Amino acid sequence: MSEDSTPPEQASGAVRLVHPGERIGGHDGAEAGHGIRRIDGELVAMRMGTLQENGQTVSVEPLSSRYTPRAGDLVIGLVEGMTNNIWFMDIGASFNAILPMSLAPWKVEFGAVREHLGVGEAVLCRVQEVDETHSAVATMKGMGLRKLKSGMLETIPPHIIPAVIGKGGAMLQTLKDLGDCRIVVGQNGRVWLDGEQDGMREIRSALKLIRDTAHLPGLKERVDALAGE
Amino acid sequence: MGYDNYQCMDANGIREDGRKADEMRPVEIVCGVIPVADGSARIKWGKNEAIAAVYGPMEAHPRKIQRQDRAILDVRYNMAPFSTTDRIRPGFNRRSREIGKVTRDALESVVDLELYPRSKIRVEIEIICAEAGTRCCGITAASVALADAGIPMSDMVVSVAAGKCNGIVLMDLNKPEDNYGEADLPMGILPMTDEIVFLQMDGDLSMEEFKQCWDYNVKAAHDVHAIMVEALRTRYGGDV
Repeated sequence: MSEDSTPPEQASGAVRLVHPGERIGGHDGAEAGHGIRRIDGELVAMRMGTLQENGQTVSVEPLSSRYTPRAGDLVIGLVEGMTNNIWFMDIGASFNAILPMSLAPWKVEFGAVREHLGVGEAVLCRVQEVDETHSAVATMKGMGLRKLKSGMLETIPPHIIPAVIGKGGAMLQTLKDLGDCRIVVGQNGRVWLDGEQDGMREIRSALKLIRDTAHLPGLKERVDALAGE
Repeated sequence: MGYDNYQCMDANGIREDGRKADEMRPVEIVCGVIPVADGSARIKWGKNEAIAAVYGPMEAHPRKIQRQDRAILDVRYNMAPFSTTDRIRPGFNRRSREIGKVTRDALESVVDLELYPRSKIRVEIEIICAEAGTRCCGITAASVALADAGIPMSDMVVSVAAGKCNGIVLMDLNKPEDNYGEADLPMGILPMTDEIVFLQMDGDLSMEEFKQCWDYNVKAAHDVHAIMVEALRTRYGGDV
């Protein structure tokens, strides 16, 4: 599920950093959202991150996170291994995803999996389903899903993907214009770039800037300034 | 010098390193020192130096160590061969195994393990320079590294050791005080609730002395906690 808005900031522009165990006062009657738990009647932050208030819910936007797969997510996986009829893919989550032969776009003979997709290759695929222990099944049947043959992969923490995409895709367009490259953003924090070396380098600098400062206000201005150089 | 002759304090109540009985050694913490890890921290505590790195959550291998309902913490504590004046032979030793276990028990009491069934979270602690209180440095650095990695926790464990030397109860023992003293009491404390998640004792303490060590440790834990929070906030640019 992709959100295409920048992370919400408090009205005054102030960003409050919280640490695990910090008591969040002054929000009587508020619901505990992600990253917050109610302990002995008090709201307690469970993670290192920025405090978010959305109506009656208080949550913590983490500053560091690992991807948790959800059905429907577009992800970029790296093949780690295979058996005779399935590939095991690293999608940056707690567990590898499996790509069964039946969900691959080619007609694969039993035992001939290596001919189509080898260890270390990158694949654009979609998460078909996730069981209750966070193990995912991936599929390559769908529009645009394919093996990625050229280009390079950049990794960003999954929780800043909304910042990379921007409101209505605005930030993503800025990045595309900056480097004149094709860009695909996987929900698992992997970004695929394909174009000229110089262009890709520019985009990587911009991604680093976003990664380091997404939680501070004024991100758009900073990236525009970088693009203007 | 020697067991019988060591004087931890001079006539003015000042210890060998210039501290009073209820003062701590200087502590510095920096996060993010191992860029390839999910979270990391380096702590300097007096002459101690320790680095902790956290990886995970990840699939728990081998299969037999997996827990179906929660994650497990895989904690490894190790002292580098050059960390002490007498070289420590690299490899397994009982003390490291014990410290790894008590560290794991302390940290498991705050980490939200149920969020990641069948996974494991790797915590690696390496002591670079040892000068009494290394297990405390290790646990404290590991707490910061876990927070840096975004692992959800209900609080951060802070570990400090008080003790007794020449019959005087002292906060935060240094090496000679630990070696020539009568008792040492490392504890792991949750600063938000003052709950204890780790406690070991070596030596003899009366009930009064025990209570005093306890109080010293709780006070020191609050001071160190402030430094831990500051290190985490600095890493991410602080409030704006």
